[in-house]
Amino acid sequence: MVKKHTSDIGFSEAPVCVSEWRRFRRVFFERKLVTFGLVVLVLMVIAAAFAPLLAPYDPYDLGDAGESLLQPGGEHLLGTDLLGRDTLSRLIYGARTALMVGFISVFISGFIGVPLGIIAGYFGGVINMVIMRAMDALMCFPMLLLALLLAAVLREYDVISGIWVVIIALSIAIIPGYARVTHGVTLSIKENEYIMAQRAMGSSNMRVMFRHILPNAFPPLIVLVTMQLGALILAEAGLSFLGIGIDPPGAAWGAMVWDGYRYLANNPALWLAPGIAIALVVFAFNMVGDGLRDALDPRLRGLL
Amino acid sequence: MVVLILVTLMVFFVMRLLPGDPILIYVAQTAEFEAMPQERVDELRAEFGLDKPVMVQYANWVGGIFQGDFGTSIFYHEDVGTLMLERFPITIHLGLLSLIVGAVLGVLAGMLTAVRRGKWLDKIVTPLTYVGLTIPVFLLGILLIYAFGVKLGWLPISGYTSPLDDFWLSTRQVIMPVFCLAIFGVAANARQMRSSMLEVTRQDYIRTAWSKGLGERAVVMRHMLKNSLIPVITLMGVSVSIILGGSVLVERVFAIPGVGSLLVSSIFGQDYVVVQAITVIFAVIILLVNLIVDISYAWLDPRIRYG
Repeated sequence: MVKKHTSDIGFSEAPVCVSEWRRFRRVFFERKLVTFGLVVLVLMVIAAAFAPLLAPYDPYDLGDAGESLLQPGGEHLLGTDLLGRDTLSRLIYGARTALMVGFISVFISGFIGVPLGIIAGYFGGVINMVIMRAMDALMCFPMLLLALLLAAVLREYDVISGIWVVIIALSIAIIPGYARVTHGVTLSIKENEYIMAQRAMGSSNMRVMFRHILPNAFPPLIVLVTMQLGALILAEAGLSFLGIGIDPPGAAWGAMVWDGYRYLANNPALWLAPGIAIALVVFAFNMVGDGLRDALDPRLRGLL
Repeated sequence: MVVLILVTLMVFFVMRLLPGDPILIYVAQTAEFEAMPQERVDELRAEFGLDKPVMVQYANWVGGIFQGDFGTSIFYHEDVGTLMLERFPITIHLGLLSLIVGAVLGVLAGMLTAVRRGKWLDKIVTPLTYVGLTIPVFLLGILLIYAFGVKLGWLPISGYTSPLDDFWLSTRQVIMPVFCLAIFGVAANARQMRSSMLEVTRQDYIRTAWSKGLGERAVVMRHMLKNSLIPVITLMGVSVSIILGGSVLVERVFAIPGVGSLLVSSIFGQDYVVVQAITVIFAVIILLVNLIVDISYAWLDPRIRYG
């Protein structure tokens, strides 16, 4: 695989020159499941982006009389629900909800969790104690439970509604994950000579933290973000399965599973289709995260 | 200890963040709202200790918990402590079984796939562990109900019976929920076990064991197992957290009257005294399990103890 770099000047054993990007691609696409995950995600993003074009019917359109609870096949590929709405169209629109919740939450909590982790790791001492103990306390709640609790409280306020309740609740619930990872990475990065050099040059703490530590913490954070996207979509599905989430008639996969559960035996497509969509997407995010970890981890360089 | 205080503080203040005066919510739900004079409201306020400063209220609440006093449920008109005693055994029963199933099956699967690395068993089971880690528990539950409950008719599709009342029925009823709750543990333990077994295989003392002529069984069971189990122990904390979180969903799917379903119905019924109690108990359980994990970690691995 690795090409020997021979040159005319006589350095027959010159260092092997493989570009970082090429190694990344090779390691990443080596595993079939990872490639499969990436394909699923790309398809899902396309489905979400072009939902109005791809969906065969209006997802909110209540069908004509006699069109409720149709079996899959025929005009409605995946059948219709109790109100006569096309399942496939709702599935495609549900991808929007899932991706929106996932991406917005991951960014909001990143903006809070990453600085918290860097500050805790960089300053150490009392600041570290306070921030990390608070994160430990948050970690004591199962993620779904914490999100459920926060969503229940947020729901009582009229300021935000529907899907934003879920987004904010989930964002808070995953802050400790960010803070922990960033904290650990910061602790190891700050021992490097280039950080010492920066401080010797008189850079401010802020500059060192966000110009020099943050970019070096990116690789593990990218892996974390991918994994968390999967966890977030799973949690969002869980919440909407329990009945907290996007306001009706909006489409969310979890709620679709719960609604379809009532027609367990008569119309399996109603719960099976959205259920498989959730499982597939969560699986895909985890696979891509796994692939990214293998490709980005400097400790594996040379092994893979 | 600090974390314990933080946990109770968080739960208490999140609940206090709820808009509206808790006493008025209570009054409104007792349906005497119209007729209740201001004096009676103040009286109630004093009775619940809500006229005191917030920190005193917090102290009273925490003090009450230590005496098993969680307050009174608005919806059930019942002491929350009694309610917990009714519901918790069910969730604990399912949770403990799931924890055990997850640990035993997971370790076994991990061991087998590591020993038979690259063989057909490994090629089938290892990808399945990925599925186990990511499948939504409620989908798995519904799938199981559909397959074994409706189509094959082997198992009852919902409900819960105490094993003390009818052991056979109870066992048949818990099989599917326990499987759902355990699946994460099985998959996570199997993966951890597999990688730590492969790690241990490379150690010198394993080569010594092989070269002194021990059979495979002795090498794997006596020399490899013990050391590769150590990283698996850390997963216990995560597993408990996942099981408790998952119980909310699983109990809803299987219509089991445990704490999880109580939590959901309390949230929708705005019965926040119950929500508060359940959340604190869950968090404390997880905290304790993590503490035990940390201690047993040092106890099992002398390198940490003396390090």
